[in-house]
Amino acid sequence: MADLSAVRADSLVKSFGDFRAVDGIDLHVRQGEIFGVLGPNGAGKTTMLRMLATLLPIDDGHAEIFGVDVRREPHRIRQLVGVTGQDVSVDEDLTGRENLRLFARLQGLTSTRAKSIAGDLLERFDLQEAADRPLSQFSGGMRRRLDLASSLITRPPLIFLDEPTTGLDPRSRGQMWTTIRELVTDGSTILLTTQYLDEADQLADRIAVIDRGRKVAEDTPDALKTQVGDSTLQLRLADGSDTALAVDVVRRLLGEDPVLTPESGRMNVPLSDPDRAADVLIGLREAGLGISSVSVAKPTLDEVFLTLTGHGADEPQMEAAR
Amino acid sequence: MTASTLTPATRTPQRIDPSAVVARTTSRSSLQATWVQILAMAWRALKKMRRKPEQFFDVLIQPLLFTAMFAFIFGGAISGSVSNYLPILIPGILAQTALTVCMATGVQLREDMDKGVFDRFKSLPIARIAPLAGPMIADLLRYGIASVLTLLTGLLIGYRPGGGVVGCVAGVALTVIAGWSLAWIFTWLGTMARSAQSVQGISMMIMFPLTFLSNAFVPAQTLPGWLEAFVKVNPVSHVVSAVRDLFNDGAVTAEVGWAVIGCAAVVAIFAPLAVRSYSGKM
Repeated sequence: MADLSAVRADSLVKSFGDFRAVDGIDLHVRQGEIFGVLGPNGAGKTTMLRMLATLLPIDDGHAEIFGVDVRREPHRIRQLVGVTGQDVSVDEDLTGRENLRLFARLQGLTSTRAKSIAGDLLERFDLQEAADRPLSQFSGGMRRRLDLASSLITRPPLIFLDEPTTGLDPRSRGQMWTTIRELVTDGSTILLTTQYLDEADQLADRIAVIDRGRKVAEDTPDALKTQVGDSTLQLRLADGSDTALAVDVVRRLLGEDPVLTPESGRMNVPLSDPDRAADVLIGLREAGLGISSVSVAKPTLDEVFLTLTGHGADEPQMEAAR
Repeated sequence: MTASTLTPATRTPQRIDPSAVVARTTSRSSLQATWVQILAMAWRALKKMRRKPEQFFDVLIQPLLFTAMFAFIFGGAISGSVSNYLPILIPGILAQTALTVCMATGVQLREDMDKGVFDRFKSLPIARIAPLAGPMIADLLRYGIASVLTLLTGLLIGYRPGGGVVGCVAGVALTVIAGWSLAWIFTWLGTMARSAQSVQGISMMIMFPLTFLSNAFVPAQTLPGWLEAFVKVNPVSHVVSAVRDLFNDGAVTAEVGWAVIGCAAVVAIFAPLAVRSYSGKM
């Protein structure tokens, strides 16, 4: 059974009224990998994850986790998947230790075993100082860690992480990344959603880019970045009517079209090598085209989106009902 | 830097084998597992009660206040004297208090369900009845406290139950059972309603007719015929009559049987409705 996929989903659909939050997404997550789902707010990431976690009914399509049918066998799925949501899903009135003991007891561990596992996890996730205080006094990073710890009590083979680092400070974020990598070393498979390209880049073996309920791309982080360029030259022409001429120059020099942004005279030029920026600038000067501003930046999610979909990530989208 | 990291020395990570985990999964929780889950949920509810003692306000104040107030206000008018009224009133107040506690069950469940932790409960492989039944087990404590307090207040102002200790214990036990059974109605409401406030509102509209359109405070014979007819089928009336028989005569009468059957019927109807509505919320 070595080729058993962790997740295999075919044309998943979820509608809220007329709004198709998830509109026919296929997903294939291999065992032992970190699979990133990248997309802006309201793209349908959380809705998709909740369907796979049996928290939302699947309207249409088919999904299997380790060969178990999600729709037909929800109870089995819940034994295979640990879910850490965007909102903290632990009991705020209980202490860290009590939370872990409760979840362990609910999953059938004996009370002695529940106690010792709670102790282990508190230590492993650096939560001892908060172990015996009600959760309402914890910091955000600690709550997230407790939340993740709660998902790991029975060591599920598949772990869903819904935006695990959104709202965390850089230090907590780094800790979370380290923990996630360790889970994979233990043999778990991870499906995570994120709004941050660098997070997906750092963690994921493969990334699916989701936009308005559809998958617009799926590849390794490197391949995706190559599509967008390793870095981006952002240009603003002094005169917006020169745009067509500038596009010609870029195409001639790099063999690729720049990505035009909605503002007049602004364009992003994907660069496989930051050194080529100079070539483009010189080329523009030789063509007599004036530039009002210029910068070289790492590609952002917004640019990935612009490249893949032709519209920005920050354009208003209907927030997916949850 | 602190370590949220594992040090290999302290752990011996055994690699997770998905196919072995799949093979171990079960398609539903066994009865015994379900019972353990319900107890774990009850444990959670008790921990929360301990941390928020203000939750006990209703079960502490209402028995003291209502028993004394109703006895002295209505005693003379209904039964000629306070001491004559107490044998009628105390079982009535017991039922009313139990229903108030029931109402709180629904409201608290609704509040609880809006919290993030319910998402985790839903994502865990547990029987869907556990998050509903757990708090209700913990609430047995509240029914117990409320019933005993009501009885004590009665004794203090001169109530002398003819059923003796055994009759009183049996009466309190019946009240607790009845309270627990009727709480399923409010639990069902809790899973249906949009907000805790609406549960509160709807519960009031159910609770007042159930208590006041019963024989809890007045003898049913004094009512107009159409009202008497309703009072007679009201399960609360049967519970009140049964508790009166137990308290005042120490007698296990047919009313006790009707009360138990009524309670069983309420559970049989509303427990499945509540579980279905809760599962459907996903």
